[in-house]
Amino acid sequence: MKKALPALAIAMASLLGSAAYAADAPAAADAPPHQSVDAGGDAIARTCFGCHGVDGVSRGAAPPLKGLPASYLEQAMTNFKSGARPATIMDRIAKGYSEGEIKAMADYFASLK
Amino acid sequence: MSISRRGFVKAAGAAAALSTMMFGTHNVRAASGSKVIVIGGGFGGVIAAKYIKRLDPSIDVTLIEASTTYATCPGSNWVIGGLRPMSSITFDYKNLAGHGITVVHDYVTGIDAGAKTVTLEGGNTMSYDRLVVSPGVDFADNVAGYDAEKAPHAWKAGPQTELLRSQLEAMPDGGTFVISPPPNPFRCPPGPAERISMVAHYFKTHKPKSKIIALDPKGKFSKQGLFVQGWKDNYGFGTDNSMIEYRHDTKVNAFNADTMTLETDVDDIKADVACIIPAQKAGKIAFTAGLTNDSGWCPVSATSFESTIHAGIHVIGDASIASPLPKSGYAANSEAKVCAAAVVAMLKGVDVPEPAWVNTCYSLVAPNYGISVAAVYEINHADGKIASVKGAGGLTPMDGNRMLEAVFAESWWNNITGEMFG
Ligand SMILES: Cc1cc2nc3c(=O)[nH]c(=O)nc-3n(C[C@H](O)[C@H](O)[C@H](O)COP(=O)(O)OP(=O)(O)OC[C@H]3O[C@@H](n4cnc5c(N)ncnc54)[C@H](O)[C@@H]3O)c2cc1C
Repeated sequence: MKKALPALAIAMASLLGSAAYAADAPAAADAPPHQSVDAGGDAIARTCFGCHGVDGVSRGAAPPLKGLPASYLEQAMTNFKSGARPATIMDRIAKGYSEGEIKAMADYFASLK
Repeated sequence: MSISRRGFVKAAGAAAALSTMMFGTHNVRAASGSKVIVIGGGFGGVIAAKYIKRLDPSIDVTLIEASTTYATCPGSNWVIGGLRPMSSITFDYKNLAGHGITVVHDYVTGIDAGAKTVTLEGGNTMSYDRLVVSPGVDFADNVAGYDAEKAPHAWKAGPQTELLRSQLEAMPDGGTFVISPPPNPFRCPPGPAERISMVAHYFKTHKPKSKIIALDPKGKFSKQGLFVQGWKDNYGFGTDNSMIEYRHDTKVNAFNADTMTLETDVDDIKADVACIIPAQKAGKIAFTAGLTNDSGWCPVSATSFESTIHAGIHVIGDASIASPLPKSGYAANSEAKVCAAAVVAMLKGVDVPEPAWVNTCYSLVAPNYGISVAAVYEINHADGKIASVKGAGGLTPMDGNRMLEAVFAESWWNNITGEMFG
């Protein structure tokens, strides 16, 4: 939505725990090297667990997300966001995320075996 | 906005940045062997403990919780309405050991922020490197004559939930249930209206001649349009035969337990069963430890939930000031994860990661009739405050599928409690 591309790149780097982006980071000069607490995990995906279960293993009617193909998750979120796919609540929630964030979440859940 | 959401929080540990400036090297420490104590085993505390351990298993995590069992407030209105037994919403802490968390059942009586110690009622003193406090709410004395036996608030799930349920069961058909919702801010903004709904469902199916009167000091309440529509659909709201009478801007000043009367500025209302939910403030230990400000709640940094009063102590859940996040279980869960990542980062001396929060509050109007409100939140780097992402979230549409939302309400409860106690 409102997110600029460079910010996306930064977000992605952050999600991957990469230090490589440091060069484009604003005000990187006296900031310490960026090290993630959480190289494999993803702070955004963790917010989904309340409804979809820990690591996307659902104990209820909310669909499981663990291990689903990233392309499927990405398309589902994109279509919820645009309204192309009807939903009770995911249409409202998907609107809160940029393309890059959706991709990062999709990659995270897809990576869980 | 110069740095967008999920960019980096450079402020990270001011500590980490400072050490870099002072010593010219980045001071990454091993968090291994660091001690974290979490006070309060509810929606915030259990999740904070679990995610600190998940993010860094080498950290020594101890959860201190007064009670050996925990009944979830979410779902407690369903118990009051007779949809579920109390046992189905009651958990113990046994599974936490399997996640590497030490659980101590004791009551924390004091925190020494300087010495970094907590004192327990049992007599022990324990030291920490970082402390997370999630004590929930405490109640104010805003209604003279308040009597928790005669007008149970049941705003902490447990014995009062069962007491209120049994009083409703004992009430003869044709009786009046009077409920007084609290003034803002309070835990679970849609909770009072969900409770009214569940009691209405019980009356409709078991005591159809009975009435419900709500005496609300506020002019409006959360999800009001959806609740009113649901009450019309299910309980004849607004008709001559309405089961529910809802009075706004009606403050209960006093309660007379002998006559079961609630006194307002306008008139006195006699109840057969009464539920008075007092005004709320942060849990007691937050006051004892000096973590509260004049509002009666705890000011914190939005990115780390570290207290702005006492360094090294993080406050999450209902006790913290995290607006626009509501005081809800889901919000406490989201805050706990942000806090856990920050605690681990600060112990390691690395960047505090970019926070992300979600909240969804489901309510049941009737067993197959659910409604919800949702929001996605981000940090506004310009002012360091939490902001709702514009264009996202909001209420169930007026023509939404109520049955599906009821199913998802239960699914939410299963998953969030599974995350805590599984
Ligand atoms: C009727 C009702 C319905 C609700 N429904 C929903 C819902 O559907 N969805 C939702 O998201 N939220 C709901 N909520 C809100 C939710 O219950 C709270 O927001 C949530 O419990 C807050 O979590 P917390 O960790 O701040 O506090 P709590 O969950 O209350 O946990 C605090 C814990 O700390 C312990 N403690 C406190 N002080 C000490 C001390 N000094 N020493 C040791 N232990 C201590 C307590 O024993 C308690 O176990 C509802 C609330 C109510 C009342």
